[in-house]
Amino acid sequence: MSNEDKVREVLTEQGKLPGNVAELGIDDDLYQAGLTSHASVNVMLAIEDEFDIEFPDEMLKKSTFASIAAIDAAVQQIQSES
Amino acid sequence: MDVPRSAPRMRVGVDIASAADVRESIETFGDRYLDRIFTPHEREVCQGPIDRMATRLAARFAAKEAVIKVLRPHAAAPNWRCMEVRTDSAGWSDLVLTGAAHEMAQAAELRDFSLSMSHDHDVATAVVVAVQEGT
Repeated sequence: MSNEDKVREVLTEQGKLPGNVAELGIDDDLYQAGLTSHASVNVMLAIEDEFDIEFPDEMLKKSTFASIAAIDAAVQQIQSES
Repeated sequence: MDVPRSAPRMRVGVDIASAADVRESIETFGDRYLDRIFTPHEREVCQGPIDRMATRLAARFAAKEAVIKVLRPHAAAPNWRCMEVRTDSAGWSDLVLTGAAHEMAQAAELRDFSLSMSHDHDVATAVVVAVQEGT
């Protein structure tokens, strides 16, 4: 399973989005799609579990979880620095 | 009607949170969720049966989000733990901003933050106001 697929799976389980995650483009705005601040916390924690990483405080900003591509990029950045 | 020139300029933020969502997060992620969002004081004040704890924590989450709306950050929002709801022995609560939240408030010349929280069944809400100097 690709990283993008894993991110989509987490969004499906934890994002509480009203629409179908499979229909979202990788650059679509997740907040516009209905992602709340509280749900983004759950997404962050589930991403940490899925990829065995930990988001540093400086990455806990709205833009990190703004799209599937942004989450994927953040995961890759953390993995490359560990 | 014109606002008197001496009247302070205010900023207000409001937010709403679901206690059921908070409860679900506690049950799914446990301390990792609680430690990421809430300070030791907030966790201590909200201790109790899970439903009551979730409701009170949901009000505090709403308070933190309301603070962010007052701060109006252009880039990264401050860490949630930088915005603490301090509750006294009588049950009244105030805000204590530290770290990045304190720095943002200073940069925007915001002072005298004031907080009110409420909850009813599953829904918790918070309103935060602050005075903006230099305007």
